[in-house]
Amino acid sequence: MNPFSSGTRLRDMIRAIRACKTAAEERAVVRKECAAIRAAINENDQDYRHRNLAKLMFIHMLGYPTHFGQMECLKLIASPGFPEKRIGYLGLMLLLDERQEVLMLVTNSLKQDLNHTNQYIVGLALCALGNICSAEMARDLAPEVERLLQFRDPNIRKKAALCSIRIIKKVPDLAENFINPATALLREKHHGVLITGVQLCTDLCKISTEALEHIRKKCTDGLVRTLKDLANSPYSPEYDIAGITDPFLHIRLLKLLRVLGEGDADASDSMNDILAQVATKTESNKVAGNAILYECVQTIMSIEDNGGLRVLAINILGRFLSNRDNNIRYVALNMLMKAVSADAQAVQRHRATILECVKDSDASIRKRALELVYVLVNETNVKPLAKELIDYLEVSDLDFRGDLTAKICSIVAKFSPEKIWYIDQMLKVLAGNFVKDEVWYALIVVISNASELHGYTVRALYRAFQTSAEQESLVRVTVWCIGEYGDMLVNNVGMLDIEDPITVTESDAVDIIEIAIKRHASDLTTKAMALVALLKLSSRFPSCSERIREIIVQFKGSFVLELQQRAIEFNSIIAKHQNIRSTLVERMPVLDEATFIGRRAGSLPGAASTATIPSVSLPNGVAKPVAPLVDLLDLSSDDAPAPSSSGGGDLLQDLLGVDLTPASQQSGAGQASKSGNDVLLDLLSIGSPSVPSSSSAVDILSSNSSNKAPVSPLDDLSSLSLSSKTTSNAAPMMDLLDGLASSPPTENNGPVYPSITAFESSSLRLTFNFSKQPGNPQTAVIQATFMNLSSNTYTDFVFQAAVPKFLQLHLDPASSNTLPAAGNGSITQNLKITNSQHGKKSLVMRIRIAYKINGKDTLEEGQVNNFPRDL
Amino acid sequence: NNNSFWLQIHFVLLISRQGKVRLTKWYSPYSQKERSKVIRELSGVIISRAPKLCNFVEWRGFKVVYKRYASLYFCICNDQEDNELETLAIIHHYVETLDRYFGSVCELDLIFNFHKAYFILDEILLAGAMQETSKRTTLRLIGAQEDLVEAAKEEASSLSNIIAQATK
Repeated sequence: MNPFSSGTRLRDMIRAIRACKTAAEERAVVRKECAAIRAAINENDQDYRHRNLAKLMFIHMLGYPTHFGQMECLKLIASPGFPEKRIGYLGLMLLLDERQEVLMLVTNSLKQDLNHTNQYIVGLALCALGNICSAEMARDLAPEVERLLQFRDPNIRKKAALCSIRIIKKVPDLAENFINPATALLREKHHGVLITGVQLCTDLCKISTEALEHIRKKCTDGLVRTLKDLANSPYSPEYDIAGITDPFLHIRLLKLLRVLGEGDADASDSMNDILAQVATKTESNKVAGNAILYECVQTIMSIEDNGGLRVLAINILGRFLSNRDNNIRYVALNMLMKAVSADAQAVQRHRATILECVKDSDASIRKRALELVYVLVNETNVKPLAKELIDYLEVSDLDFRGDLTAKICSIVAKFSPEKIWYIDQMLKVLAGNFVKDEVWYALIVVISNASELHGYTVRALYRAFQTSAEQESLVRVTVWCIGEYGDMLVNNVGMLDIEDPITVTESDAVDIIEIAIKRHASDLTTKAMALVALLKLSSRFPSCSERIREIIVQFKGSFVLELQQRAIEFNSIIAKHQNIRSTLVERMPVLDEATFIGRRAGSLPGAASTATIPSVSLPNGVAKPVAPLVDLLDLSSDDAPAPSSSGGGDLLQDLLGVDLTPASQQSGAGQASKSGNDVLLDLLSIGSPSVPSSSSAVDILSSNSSNKAPVSPLDDLSSLSLSSKTTSNAAPMMDLLDGLASSPPTENNGPVYPSITAFESSSLRLTFNFSKQPGNPQTAVIQATFMNLSSNTYTDFVFQAAVPKFLQLHLDPASSNTLPAAGNGSITQNLKITNSQHGKKSLVMRIRIAYKINGKDTLEEGQVNNFPRDL
Repeated sequence: NNNSFWLQIHFVLLISRQGKVRLTKWYSPYSQKERSKVIRELSGVIISRAPKLCNFVEWRGFKVVYKRYASLYFCICNDQEDNELETLAIIHHYVETLDRYFGSVCELDLIFNFHKAYFILDEILLAGAMQETSKRTTLRLIGAQEDLVEAAKEEASSLSNIIAQATK
């Protein structure tokens, strides 16, 4: 006999472990015990095997590794005695999980034990099988289990029934074998067999429609009768809980009836009476009674509609909602969530109570209530609800604010009746500083589109900044708006009646930006935005120009490359390019709302933040963001560029575009029946050849239909301001130097690829010749030819090009870097463009040409969007 | 997640107020590593909840129903859609059964006789579903099995007596 293991009994070991004062002591005791058990295992000690396994189980619960004991379980299971088997199976369930291969070794023992003459051993095997069986074991042992469903002792039948559930979940193909024996169990009187039979039938119905049809047809009436008998049964001490006979059986019966009644009017009809009885007669003063009522409500809501019952159910939930017990309120909120789809009106009646639950001290209840409020909001109640929520935001728990803010933003964006209200609410929410980036991106898009509110917004932000200068998102929006609309702030432009006039000097406005940029906590984005705002203000507020330059200069030494680069560039714009500065920093064109909404709907959270910046392939191989403004609010950079300027021609082209894409036309037409207003907008966005048409249009459609609102107010507004949209579609793509670019609209749709004049200014002309390599339609080879139209020779001539993400650009070296005067020669350069969206999106390119005239730097930029359509 | 469709119990945990595990029963496949992670995470969440709050915690898309009896937390992890109040009643049913078996049960009973707590649970729940709703039946079945164990012990000792006498 092993000298170690003989020593301690299980009880002594537990005592020794409990007596340990420190974790180290405990580890020592456990180590010693484990060593002894390992030694015993090595010696194949039989006498103390089950004691050792029991010890291992205790050690396992303390969190120590016990894998070395796994085989001991199998040995115990294989031994003939009941006590050994019992502890062996227990160890098997605790120390192993169904993924372990060792488990395969136990299948044989299980098979033998399922056929054992001792019913308790059969019970042990069923229990183990039910708790850890794998798909392979299920296949091997299903016939045994099926047979045991008819075993003489009910306690084996009930175990076999639950075991069958595990088997059909693992191998659904086996379900049909169990249908007949399972329905036989429903006729039993023994509660254990009945409840397990009901559960087996419920799961069979979920797996197999055959089973569902069969059980619905053969058993519905019987089940209704069983439930009726149970509900009316006299007091029975064995099953009584708080005056109710076997609430568990009640609940399982209601669950099965729900499955049978769902989608079947006849079956639903036959259970109406008993559901009404349960709903009205069940005592609701204890957990058990409420659990039954809760289940009953769930069944009533799921089966085919019966007006009277639904009213009853909602009333029960109303009672639950005003209950003092948190648990009851929690389940009421949970259930009301499901009831919304059945009867939103009835749930709306409890809105005030639900709103109170949002402010509960219990996080679980708050979370449920918030979700519920969220689905209850509509156009008519959005104002009071949003106000309540925003007021609560200020006092709510910190860890709840993120969720709450996200929901408020979503509600406000979805249902705001007018833009001014939207902007007001968002400013309040921003002050709470729990908004995600998409939220303030969206806000800027809305502000940009609300031209009549620019003055109001910038002034409101100015005020908000005075009190909430610590809130990053608010600071960013403020900085952006002051940069754009700073002149309106100073001159009180577009004053609304509701506003109090304020006096802001130019220098006050610059103060704000200076505070933002110098604030220690400001991050890179904020600082970079502030630099852009400063550049803009330097042109708008000439009196502050010098002060602004000084601020910018301070960042020339910034260790952050991005800031340093911007500071240097902006400084040189202020210092050297006075003549073009005002054009350069013109107000941002209106941002395209439809594109933004579409993108958001398309690639849900983080859509805006994942937008990538098209990179310029500089000759020296450094990729750099194109234009500061674009990369700040890079809303559609990987969309293709926008149509060229003039309104009428565009529209025609758009309509043509629609013709070319019949699929999207269909979706547009489908939309037409729903909302007349939107259709034009949709057609435009579908049709314009350059917007990633069908996909974004579908996004818009899907977001609309999921909202269940015919037209969201924001869409309305944007479609009303349609004409301004068309001209400004190009906006998000343009960089801030776009004012200089001329883009001759020489649309050409020929079948071969004619040359185009890609760029022309008074001093320079660029033509593109196209060719394609056979068999590679995605790739176009472009020969660029540069012509000097002036009388000066250009030296250090460098051509750069940038393309959106869906294109790949390769630039060959240029033929020369000197361009002779007056067309006396040219430079040629080959470009290769591969279009990953060939056939869907057209090519587009932004170009920058730098050269020197008599040693003086000259820069020309532009955008090429007149590529042949199907290139 | 396909599981949510089933409405079954995924696991049962008994944790002491100090975070010590007193019983773990797994009805869904969790590897040993996942098991200890789940225990660590959940005991943190549950033990730190203030009294008087509701007994439900939403956790990783599941719902954990817990109730504290004296120094022990009884926790059952269910699917999101399941009847939380019933789960609460199941916990109470188990506690009452333990109470009848041990006679006013306390944590120490469940420490020294942890295997018995498991055996009783295995007579109430199986495959994550309710097996027996009568406490009397449960205890009768436990009693019958203990008789079997006793009988086996006696047989073994009488056998060793015979051997001992024969080899004297």
